[in-house]
Amino acid sequence: MDTDSKGTKDILFVVRRYNPETDGAPYNQEYTVLVEPGMTVLDGLHQIKNTQDATLVWRFSCRMGVCGSCGMLINGKPTLACNTQILHVTDRVLTVGPLPNFEIIKDLIPDLQPMFAKHISGRPHIHRDDWDPRAAPADEYYQTPEELIRFLQFSYCIKCGSCMAACPTLARDKSYLGPMPLAQVHRYNVDTRDGGFNERKKIAGGSAGVARCHYAGECSNVCPKGVDPARAIQLMKRDLVFSYLRLKKRKGVCGTIGPAPHAKRREGVPDPPPYTIEQKG
Amino acid sequence: MREAQFWTWHVLAGVVILVLGGLHMITMHLDGLWGLFSPFGGSAIAWDNVAERSRQIIFPILYILLLGVALFHGFYGLRNILFELGCGKGVRSLINFVLVAGGLVLFAYGSWAAIAAHAV
Repeated sequence: MDTDSKGTKDILFVVRRYNPETDGAPYNQEYTVLVEPGMTVLDGLHQIKNTQDATLVWRFSCRMGVCGSCGMLINGKPTLACNTQILHVTDRVLTVGPLPNFEIIKDLIPDLQPMFAKHISGRPHIHRDDWDPRAAPADEYYQTPEELIRFLQFSYCIKCGSCMAACPTLARDKSYLGPMPLAQVHRYNVDTRDGGFNERKKIAGGSAGVARCHYAGECSNVCPKGVDPARAIQLMKRDLVFSYLRLKKRKGVCGTIGPAPHAKRREGVPDPPPYTIEQKG
Repeated sequence: MREAQFWTWHVLAGVVILVLGGLHMITMHLDGLWGLFSPFGGSAIAWDNVAERSRQIIFPILYILLLGVALFHGFYGLRNILFELGCGKGVRSLINFVLVAGGLVLFAYGSWAAIAAHAV
């Protein structure tokens, strides 16, 4: 593998291929890619597709580390292809595969639906018992900077699935919710606008919840956005223990700057959009 | 929430084991230092010393407590390990039954031993 004066060199890409319609099992295919300094794995895959093998498929979108589409296993570590410069991780051979702990749809594309289903089961939205903000929006919620900091880090999650791929518990027990859904449960539990802790603790404290986490920490190790899901899960364990032993009273949800929740809609506040899903009751 | 409750007791049991297990270690291995728990001198497990400790009600109580928390802590941990090997609902129910039944049997047997020793 020669390197020229500009630092360009040939890198051997070993890419995991699998077409369920034609292949009995996944296999490796090798490609040699001329890599310049600064090229990302995503750039390398594009080069392969454009010049060598148009059949190779993978997910990508923003190419700047904010959408989470291009999560894959790069040199044994789940991470984003767009965020990984090739020459930062190797100077000879680069292995690229789909995220582990997921079924493969094709080549480097994992089936993320189970992850999203688990995410949805954790009710990842602001939930209040006092009123439905969508039906009668009163005014802005207000939060102190300290209240914002409590959940801000966990809101950076882009749902790329890297943490799910790295989790050793999920590797053995597919029923485990996993780092991302649990971290998002905690994100909303500690949001002072939210009042859904009692509903979510049934999920988080259940048989597929935080009790299954052994704090391996690999999820936080691989997270490309610094979300630290392992920390979120441990904090949630603490909150569940405090709740069960009644050691700490939870504060009520924060109010709004404007009038009381059930006040008449203020002039100028538009009607809410129609519900997009069927309402029960 | 049930699993989180079990986990809470698992952690609390671990703390109790630290204390009672530590006391057990002190009794067994530091008997020469104080002679507190081995008043007849010699080894902590010499018959006279064992009988003397068994006569004091506090020892059977603490040993039964240690047995209970250790069984719960250990069997709950074993349950988690077995569940993570990946098993269906039916197998999980079977594991629960076996571990609970086994734990209760062992607790009953160990408690009987401690109480019987006290009665000697």
